Amino acid sequence: MQELVNRAKELLSSGAVNRVLGWKKGDLGYNPEPAFFETAEELEEFVYNGFCGANLSKYMIEACKQEGKTLVMLKPCDSYSFNQLLKEHRVVRENAYIIGVGCRGKLDVERMKKLGIKGITAVSGAEMDGPDTLTVETLYGTKTCAYNDAMLERCHVCKGKEHVVFDEVIGESVDTVDAERFSEVEKIEAMSPEEKFAFFQKELSKCIRCNACRNVCPACSCRKCVFDSTKFDSAQKANVDSFEEKMFHIIRAFHVAGRCTDCGECSRVCPQGIPLHLFNRKFIKDINEFYGEFQAGSDAEAKGPLTDFTFEDVEPSIVAERG
Amino acid sequence: MQRIGVFVCHCGSNIAATVDVKKVAEMALKEPGVVHADDYPYMCSEAGQALIAEAIREKKLTGIVVCSCSPRMHEATFRKAAERAGINPYMVEIANIREHCSWIHKDMEVATEKAVILARAAIAKVNLNAPLQPGESLVTKRALVIGGGIAGIQTALDIAEAGYEVDIVEKTPSIGGRMSQLDKTFPTLDCSACILTPKMVEAAAHEKITIHTYSEVEKVSGFVGDFTVDIRKKARSIDMTKCTGCGLCQEKCPSKKALSEFNRGLSTRSAIYTPFAQAIPNVPVIDRESCIKFKTGKCGLCEKICQAGAIDYSQQDEIVTQKYGAIVVATGFDTIKLDRYDEFAYNQSKDVITSLELERIMNAAGPTKGHLERLSDGKHPKHIVFVQCVGSRCSDDRGKSYCSKICCMYTAKHAMLIRDKYPDVDVTVFYIDVRTPGKNFDEFYRRAVEEYGVNYVKGQVGKVAPQPDGQLLVQAVDMLDNKQIKTYADMVVLATAIEPEPSVRKIATMVTASIDTNNFLTEGHAKLRPVESPTAGIFLSGVCQGPKDIPETVAQAGAAAVKAIGLLAKDKLMTNPCTAKSDELLCNGCSACANVCPYGAITYEDKEINDHGIRETRRVAVVNNALCQGCGACTVTCPSGAMDLQGFSNRQIIAEVDAICR
Amino acid sequence: MSIDTTFKPKIVAFCCNWCSYAGADLAGSSRLSYPADVKIIRVPCSCRVNPMFILRAFEKGADGVILCGCHPGDCHYSTGNYYARRRMTLLFSMLDYIGVENGRTRVEWVSAAEGVKFSTTMNEFVEKIHSLGRNVRLGDLRCKN
Repeated sequence: MQELVNRAKELLSSGAVNRVLGWKKGDLGYNPEPAFFETAEELEEFVYNGFCGANLSKYMIEACKQEGKTLVMLKPCDSYSFNQLLKEHRVVRENAYIIGVGCRGKLDVERMKKLGIKGITAVSGAEMDGPDTLTVETLYGTKTCAYNDAMLERCHVCKGKEHVVFDEVIGESVDTVDAERFSEVEKIEAMSPEEKFAFFQKELSKCIRCNACRNVCPACSCRKCVFDSTKFDSAQKANVDSFEEKMFHIIRAFHVAGRCTDCGECSRVCPQGIPLHLFNRKFIKDINEFYGEFQAGSDAEAKGPLTDFTFEDVEPSIVAERG
Repeated sequence: MQRIGVFVCHCGSNIAATVDVKKVAEMALKEPGVVHADDYPYMCSEAGQALIAEAIREKKLTGIVVCSCSPRMHEATFRKAAERAGINPYMVEIANIREHCSWIHKDMEVATEKAVILARAAIAKVNLNAPLQPGESLVTKRALVIGGGIAGIQTALDIAEAGYEVDIVEKTPSIGGRMSQLDKTFPTLDCSACILTPKMVEAAAHEKITIHTYSEVEKVSGFVGDFTVDIRKKARSIDMTKCTGCGLCQEKCPSKKALSEFNRGLSTRSAIYTPFAQAIPNVPVIDRESCIKFKTGKCGLCEKICQAGAIDYSQQDEIVTQKYGAIVVATGFDTIKLDRYDEFAYNQSKDVITSLELERIMNAAGPTKGHLERLSDGKHPKHIVFVQCVGSRCSDDRGKSYCSKICCMYTAKHAMLIRDKYPDVDVTVFYIDVRTPGKNFDEFYRRAVEEYGVNYVKGQVGKVAPQPDGQLLVQAVDMLDNKQIKTYADMVVLATAIEPEPSVRKIATMVTASIDTNNFLTEGHAKLRPVESPTAGIFLSGVCQGPKDIPETVAQAGAAAVKAIGLLAKDKLMTNPCTAKSDELLCNGCSACANVCPYGAITYEDKEINDHGIRETRRVAVVNNALCQGCGACTVTCPSGAMDLQGFSNRQIIAEVDAICR
Repeated sequence: MSIDTTFKPKIVAFCCNWCSYAGADLAGSSRLSYPADVKIIRVPCSCRVNPMFILRAFEKGADGVILCGCHPGDCHYSTGNYYARRRMTLLFSMLDYIGVENGRTRVEWVSAAEGVKFSTTMNEFVEKIHSLGRNVRLGDLRCKN
């Protein structure tokens, strides 16, 4: 982490960058937050550890409009989002100085709670070079758990250790994959229609339409969301009805289909713990199966699957035929 | 709020027999915005239209719904009637209660209920209609033809004959194209030059035609009726106004080792050259890569001997900018490279040649002065093997999936000509199928077999192996007898697949014409618009659209010319007002819409935007109304809903959905 | 499962202007009957149909939505139906994934000459919707109760 701070200070003082986009300490030990730093003093607040799950690429849309360059720290998976935004002309490559930061998987405090670790006051061992075991101070005494057990779902199906876009890389990344990317989706696919409906009904009925998923999503970066515009007469926040449960998330997933890099931020930030990534990942799985392997953001030039076609594409009836 | 009038047509008894038209009118009156409803036996009649006009004036209607037959039948009629009565024609919607209702339902109650709902949907839509104005754009009465082969020449001549200025841009030093390289033409066996050169001369002499040879299209902007094109005229190193075409410079030029492109590399030429004797213009160019003067600074012989003083070593490329109303692409073809077909030993043996090379060998002006001889040792061949479909109809990725179409016929021609001139030479043709659909084509092929004794064998050649004695061992399969064949040949001629001239991809990008995976330009419609590109104002002539022979090329060239003339004959273009429109305050500038637009109608501009007080420069989509055809692909691709389709807007369609589901 | 005879399904059919709408016209002029439950919305091209329109129809109580367009390769705008095909494939797969009964949505390519096909398709589709019954899962429950 010190290496990142030193390098950031160096680039700031040389004038190579005008500001640094990173993470700073939160009010609790496990909730650092995205932050801009403009001076060496401000950088004292900088933090980079296992809780820095936040994907900073979306903040670059606004940062790129500002004077000079912005140094942005991107984890390998974040770099896909940045690349996708680049492809959509939302960020300006010349206005960004990208430090690819190493990643050993990011932690999920909700998962720790599920492991029975509650009343957390402090966590140690979350640093990049920390041990394999986390030591957690709680109101009920000291507890421990394996680092990997406390990782975010997305890290178990990590896209890889390589950054797809960067100016320099600082720190090593660790291979954290220990699960099949589509196994959760497959589990749902195997259910009966009634079970499927019940599953999503249960999950989506928790939705309070706080829009956290939309706000954090790097692909959901429209200047004005269709749900807030008059263009579609689509339901506004005010009319909270069952539409929320059924339509909002489907439309949101459809709007980002072919553009979603599967960064998993939607699920990470959902205060209700809805596994929203299951929608996006379903589209990704279908796109892979129907139109060939595609990873959004891996290539800033490739045509997106929904702005492309082949003469031999499957017919929509495949959905019913597949059973 | 709109003031809507609803007019329910009886269509005699066509509608009224199964739909209670009075009830439909009565129910329509209850819908929001409706201030008038009426029914009439024949709305489309003069009296019916007068009824509508009267209501528009009296009730100050802003929009109307006609419940009648299909809009495909009378939408235009009612739009005109509305316009005459003083409202915008796009304030008219049709509820199709005949084809979609009265004609298919027998029960009056059921049909009436449905008619009420269809009317309701149309009313809901018209509530959201906005007046639309067709745009107008001026037409520049000049055409550009890219490519100076037979396709380009014919198109240019036809356009010029109709009285319009035409420019031909040809990248080589002379017009004439592939056809000028051919010896004889099937199925009549007349000499290619004899029928082509008069056309070349005619084009050059035509007062309406300007020919830019040794030139390439560099940049295209604008749209149908109003293209602006930059043409790069490459430095010829010759002053075209002074050169008399005497040819002395070519004779005296000491650098004579460059391979002749015209003779497919089978002979050499001087550094200062015209590609062939009948070249038009008959003005040489200096190939600066071969010229001693350009390479070493010494020599300058041509300048010394040129009595006209036409040699100009200091000449630079020149950019000519010209405006055009229509562009015809006629870039033609080349044969594919045979690097991936080692089994035919094309690169190992000089006696394995392509059919186009054979054309040059057979030609009196060719590398062997028209004598059929082996290029390796000059000997007269005794047995020639022709291999069909080399790279055509290919199932792997080495070649092309399509049939090159011309090979069966030119091979029959070659075989016949050889047998005619040299009866001592045996000719064997290995083929997959012999395809001869065309006027007098099959008769021609049968003559080759029956009268000239050409030996056709159904089967593919697996290998051609050069032997130490210079012969070529041809291994093949006879598929009809199901046996292996080994035969020795003195020459092997490969019917090499043709492919679009590679530079077409660059040109297609410039003119935003679509192109398929084989680099053939895509038609506007495979059946109904075969000589037009989907991009308005771009027309297709010749092989750039698909493999074809000379008569088909000439026919298509004429068709492309007619389409271009039809465009140039107009002073102004009326554009369909139901086009896409982007709300620049919502546009993300992400390019998704431009990626799906089949017409290249969407471009991006950096624009100063005032978004409720936030002033910033944003990249936003701009739709060119002259190009947009109104399909709406962009509207769905747009994630923010910034892109909408006028006349079929998101809100209009949703209003219809809501009205139906209510 | 017994068929509810009082059930009158609401069915929205989006038809492209150039092929399928004309195919529906031909069905009409050929007097080829299909149930009145089907209501057609004319769109310029199948690629104009936003998945939001389909979800909107379901939200407002449609029991089935069908999209008809020109056959692949015959699109008036050359490529529109290819985009529509991808969009609808993904949308239908998603609806299936969240437990909406398969068969409430359908895409059919109907040319201007295929009046018979249009009518047959609509008959089949309505029958299918009858067998599935009311669209409870995607309806806007709050508005109805």
